[in-house]
Formats: sequence, C-alpha cells, structure tokens
Amino acid sequence: MTVRVQTADFDAGREIAALREGDARVGAVAAFIGTVRDVNDAAHVSTLTLEHYPGMTEKALEAIVAEAASRFDILNALVIHRVGTLAPTDQIVLVAVTSGHRGEAFDACRFLMDFLKTRAPFWKKETTPEGARWVDARTSDDEAAARWEPPATPR
Amino acid sequence: MPDSRSSADVTVNLVYLARLRDAFGRAGEALTLPGGDATVAAVIASLRARGGSFAAELAAGRAVRIAVNHALVGAEAVVRDGDEVALLPPVTGG
Repeated sequence: MTVRVQTADFDAGREIAALREGDARVGAVAAFIGTVRDVNDAAHVSTLTLEHYPGMTEKALEAIVAEAASRFDILNALVIHRVGTLAPTDQIVLVAVTSGHRGEAFDACRFLMDFLKTRAPFWKKETTPEGARWVDARTSDDEAAARWEPPATPR
Repeated sequence: MPDSRSSADVTVNLVYLARLRDAFGRAGEALTLPGGDATVAAVIASLRARGGSFAAELAAGRAVRIAVNHALVGAEAVVRDGDEVALLPPVTGG
C-alpha cells in the first residue's frame, strides 16, 4: 500500500505495472485518474492550484487506504495526488487497486476516491477571467462518501 | 521574574489553511488560553470573540474542521501546550 503527494506528473501505466508486478494472485486492476477540467461552475478555468496540509495529508491518505484494505478483499493499493499549479488536461490524482476479482477492485477504487474527496486535506484554487477563487466543496461529494457508511460487516 | 502567564495557561500553534488563511490574512499564529479551559471549543470561542473575519468564518453552521497534531478531532477535544491546532475549510481535492 503506497501513498504519495508530489508536484511532478505521474505515468499511470508505469505505476500500475509496478503495483501488480510479480503478484500472480492479481486477477483485477481498477484505476481512476482525475484531471483538470477547463470549465467549472460555468467559469473558464485557466489554472488550478492544489494546496495541502503537509504532515497531515500523508497520514490522512494512509488512513483511507487502511480503511479500504479492511473493508475490501484487495491485494495492493496506490494513491498519488499532485499539488501545486496545474493546467486544464493535467492529471491531478491516481488511485489504483489490485484484487483477485473485479468486484472488490472496482468497489475499493471508488471507495478510495469518495473518501479522498471528503477526508484528505487538499484544497483547489481556480484562476478564472474573473479572478482567483477557492473551489467550494460539493454536497454531492459528501453524499458519495456517505454511501459507504457505516463500515461493511467485518469479514 | 514576574510573569503574567500562569503555569496553567496553554499556548497552541494555530495553522490556517486555504480560504481561511486568505480570510484571516495570515498562515497561523500562537494563541494562549487561560488555564482551566483548554479545549478546541475554547480555541474557537477565543477566535470568534475577535469579531471581523474570524467571527464570520467561524460562525455556527460554517463547516470548519479542526485537526490537533494532524488528527481530526471534535470541539470537546483537549489541547495541550505546544499542540498544533489547524483550522480546515471543507476539503476539495481529488
């Protein structure tokens, strides 16, 4: 299980290959990549700056990954989240999960993203023609995370 | 040496993140609570009492979460001398 916070871009193909390398138990790999849109809430976005809380961010991501590992039958998981200033089409986040079968891989991947969106200390600031603005949290993100509560029956 | 600071006082290091840093015009500061009531709720009450952007951003109903030494806690959590107390607006990563 690995989490990384970095300014550099990532190569999803290489990261996923490394995640499952040499593990013949793996029968399924699910991955999600979040990217920068050029339009948000009807405004044109020229840049997106990702801020985080160093010291807490890695701990929060590790806790989310540990929660996923306790809820789902997964073999390995990877979360990479970029910080700093990004432009439309840039990659922001990669979540990848390996499992024996697709159901657990899909579910764990979605769970990781839903919890990351509501629990990891990252904040987006957009630059638009009207100036810079902090992105507001979406209630739809809270609702997506709430779908997973309470924890699944202990296995 | 006379010292107005009682040994029971608790000084925490506040960290303001993202929108709150912009609203408060600073990234953080030290805050001393008088002895006897060193909780997260007391920290928030002390900041609200300043009025202005502090009262507005920390008004009841505003979604601000608190982390003490990098762990999210509730208002009843006790803070200790030297703790790092961060104020987090709703997160928007991913």
